[in-house]
Amino acid sequence: MIRFLLRRIGTMAISLIGATIVVFGLAHAKDDPINVFIRAEGYAIGPEQIAALRAKWGLDRPIVLQYLTWLGNIARADLGRSVGSNRKVTDILWERWPATMQLAVGAWIVGTFVGIPLGILSAMRRASILDYFLRAFALSGQSVPAFWVGIVGIWVFAVYLGWLPVPTFYGRTDADFWGQFQYYIMPVLVLAWGPIAGYLRITRSAMLEVLDSEYIKLARAKGMGYPRVVAKHAFRNALIQPLTVSALLLAGFMDGAVLVENVFVWPGVGQIAVAAVNDNDFTLLTGIVFLFTILYLAMSFVADLLYVVIDPRIRLE
Amino acid sequence: MATADTVQEKPLSPAMVVVRSPLAVWDFIRRWPVIPGSVIVLFGLATIFTTQFSTDDPNAQNLRASFAAPAWNDEYYENNDRIDRRYWFGADQHGRDIYSRMVHGTRVSITVAFSAAAIGMTVGLWAGIASGWFGGWFDEIMTRFVDVWNGLPFLLIALVVSITIGTGLMVLIGLLVMATWVGLVRNIRAEVLSLKTRDYVSAARVAGGGDFRIMYRHILPGVINLLMVLASLRIGGLILSEASLSYLGIGVPSRYPSWGNMISDGREFLDTAWWVSVFPGFCIFLVVMSFNFIGDWVRDRTDPRLRQIR
Repeated sequence: MIRFLLRRIGTMAISLIGATIVVFGLAHAKDDPINVFIRAEGYAIGPEQIAALRAKWGLDRPIVLQYLTWLGNIARADLGRSVGSNRKVTDILWERWPATMQLAVGAWIVGTFVGIPLGILSAMRRASILDYFLRAFALSGQSVPAFWVGIVGIWVFAVYLGWLPVPTFYGRTDADFWGQFQYYIMPVLVLAWGPIAGYLRITRSAMLEVLDSEYIKLARAKGMGYPRVVAKHAFRNALIQPLTVSALLLAGFMDGAVLVENVFVWPGVGQIAVAAVNDNDFTLLTGIVFLFTILYLAMSFVADLLYVVIDPRIRLE
Repeated sequence: MATADTVQEKPLSPAMVVVRSPLAVWDFIRRWPVIPGSVIVLFGLATIFTTQFSTDDPNAQNLRASFAAPAWNDEYYENNDRIDRRYWFGADQHGRDIYSRMVHGTRVSITVAFSAAAIGMTVGLWAGIASGWFGGWFDEIMTRFVDVWNGLPFLLIALVVSITIGTGLMVLIGLLVMATWVGLVRNIRAEVLSLKTRDYVSAARVAGGGDFRIMYRHILPGVINLLMVLASLRIGGLILSEASLSYLGIGVPSRYPSWGNMISDGREFLDTAWWVSVFPGFCIFLVVMSFNFIGDWVRDRTDPRLRQIR
């Protein structure tokens, strides 16, 4: 177990370093990294000033040294200053982080507690109308662009029917509980549809596989009722698969959050990621990339741990 | 006996034929992906015969018809009788025909997705085959690399690329290739590992076949089936990714009409002109759903082992 943990942490470290190499490489991918920060022809910056800036940012030093300096700064949690607002990137991330987290966790809860039961239902009523309906629902959840669902949702429920408030940047902060809750309904559901679909399909196929196994047939042959067989034998074994992917799905929200936050003007990390592109804010964007990478790695670590904890068959190996 | 014969040869009553044939049709639809298949054929035709399908120049502006409603909206055209009723799905803020833009967007989206798929699949295929066949340090590095690559948030990396390298069709295809090829390596590699131990591979080796000859003549045919399944499962996701990137303004350049760009264009005008972003999004939905359905179908038909993949 300890060997497994050490190995796993080692892989995580390699992945993180890999991410830094990719980002660093991207900054140097086109002619000169100084062009990422300034556009000489646009601002009438003279060659002396460019040389001064180059020296100030250390861009005149050997490339390996640049990389190591940068890596050292990151290791000390110093991600530099945002080009757009001249604030520390870590401060900005700290400020925006909770909003994204609320959205992700909300969607994760909805996804898990709706998707898994629906998957079990779908498997138990296999080849019924309900099963077809649920499978179609799952298939469309994986085929529909989330940002488009968000836009159509705003049009139908906020503009046309007026049931929910039109999303605004700070609208949700000055309202009572129900008032704030209304702002969460649409983004959370939009973000959760994909994961609900994922859970539904995984749970359904896992459940069908378990229901087809010998020990279920034995339990049935003993005379145990169908609901009891499902609850006591099938359910618990079918849960392994969806539970282990659940941590990865939470990480997957982070990608979806960029689009959904953008549609719903949600004051989170995903929204500033898109804004950073317009500001040419390379430092802020790399900060966000690292944040999401670390999160993904942590989540896949948890997923692997869960796998070992839940399934004794793996622990023996 | 005579009675039995007459009963046998009695023709089916018309009622029975009527009842039977819809059932047979339904059975056929259940067995074969008829509906998704026809959707894909339709969009495929629109990709090839784009100019024949479209009714107007996708970039022709007509400011008088700005936000013209879809053609079935009688009320609108009665109030604005100077506007031609030729905008089937309405017009956008510059008075460009949504339908024609959608047809041209089909060409852009499908071309981008298929080029990315073709390149990504080829790269992933050979990386997987080489990794499984050679093993050793090459395999170790490749597996690590795939792990690292999988951990990167694709959308954010695309945003970084848009700052450092810029945007454009080639950059977009490159990004989609980057996102595709790693997904294949692991599956192909596992398949190659099992093919490697087969007798016919050893026989080829004994007969004096070199590494590349065996990989090409004996391993490749064994994984091509798996590749087709994986490709059909991936293509929908590629179209979705392309649309997402275009929606964020870092995919297809805005001078070309594309579904993602059109949704993004219409976002600000939802309350006055919903048709600008709703119809292109519906196109994405239809095409991606059809590809996903066919992907599932191909997988279930050919390779039940893969059924666990999302």
